[in-house]
Amino acid sequence: MSKFKKGKQGDLPAISTASLPDIVFMLLFFFMVATVMRDSSLMIDNILPSADQVEKLKKDRTAFIYAGKPSAQFKQLGTEPVIQFNDAIIDVDEVKPSVIAAQQELTEELQPKFVVGLKVDKDTHAGLVSDVKQELRKANTLKVMYIANVKTE
Amino acid sequence: MAKRAAPEVNAGSMADIAFLLLIFFLVTTTIEKDKGLLRSLPPIDDSEVEPPIIKQKNLFTVNINRQNQLLVEEELMELKDLRQAAIDFLDNGGSENAEGQKCDYCQGNRDAASSDHPDKAIISMKHDRETTYEQYMDVQNELVAAYNFLREREAKRLYKKFYPDAENVYRAMLDEKEKNQFSKDTILNGRIEVIKKLYPMKLSEAEPDKN
Repeated sequence: MSKFKKGKQGDLPAISTASLPDIVFMLLFFFMVATVMRDSSLMIDNILPSADQVEKLKKDRTAFIYAGKPSAQFKQLGTEPVIQFNDAIIDVDEVKPSVIAAQQELTEELQPKFVVGLKVDKDTHAGLVSDVKQELRKANTLKVMYIANVKTE
Repeated sequence: MAKRAAPEVNAGSMADIAFLLLIFFLVTTTIEKDKGLLRSLPPIDDSEVEPPIIKQKNLFTVNINRQNQLLVEEELMELKDLRQAAIDFLDNGGSENAEGQKCDYCQGNRDAASSDHPDKAIISMKHDRETTYEQYMDVQNELVAAYNFLREREAKRLYKKFYPDAENVYRAMLDEKEKNQFSKDTILNGRIEVIKKLYPMKLSEAEPDKN
């Protein structure tokens, strides 16, 4: 009769934590994959202006151009606003080859949709920006996004 | 020497180590999403074609000087009034467009001295080299806002029935287009084109003077 003996009743069996490391590792790998380390460190001050009529930017087809005054550690660059592309400070006439190179790196179907993101410090004078835009016209990369913070009211 | 079985490594602290790493990555991850104003630059035009003559009344000039002051249609203006002034100009509909159609959707006051038709209305913006980028962006933002306001109004008029719950119909349409970027919805794209055509964005920027 008592082939199926019931075990001791009362005390609950301990919950097995053996799979806990697996779960945590799974989360860990997710975050490791999702994390993008910042690839270029800024040598300039970059406080963006704000706007409220903004659209989202698609990162996969974008190259960024930064502009602003050199930050405190890079005083040797002077006090005039400069242009930074990737990791280097560049001249206005280097903008064109740089963006063309960046466009070439994209996949074929994204190349016509190439967008240049302008991250410009809000205290920069607008003449520098218009110089950059003139170079972009020469490079025939006509889609520009002025990156801004979203204004909250 | 007798071969000894290696003692089993205690894996109990594995979870702790993994947690530590997990928390590190959690803290350092910033999922940033950039936003901004998307604009198209005009291509460089080398052809020697005479540019068409634009009537003064179809041109809305915005000048920013080096003290960041605004001169709109030859009058000093505060930034907060710019949006309404641009809306009034675009929405005026005083006469006909190139095809001889009247602007039957315009709600402006049909002033003969202001723009003929949204098709013809051009906003021309010029700034000094010493203008700050912040002011430049504020002005751009206000002008884009004027177009968005009018497009939103028309979207509400034409397509509210398809988006009864949406507060901003045009916004909702664009969001939906964004969502369906891999499966093209031709009806939706057609509707967006219709609205864009009612108020085409004609925002030209003159180069600042070199001195």
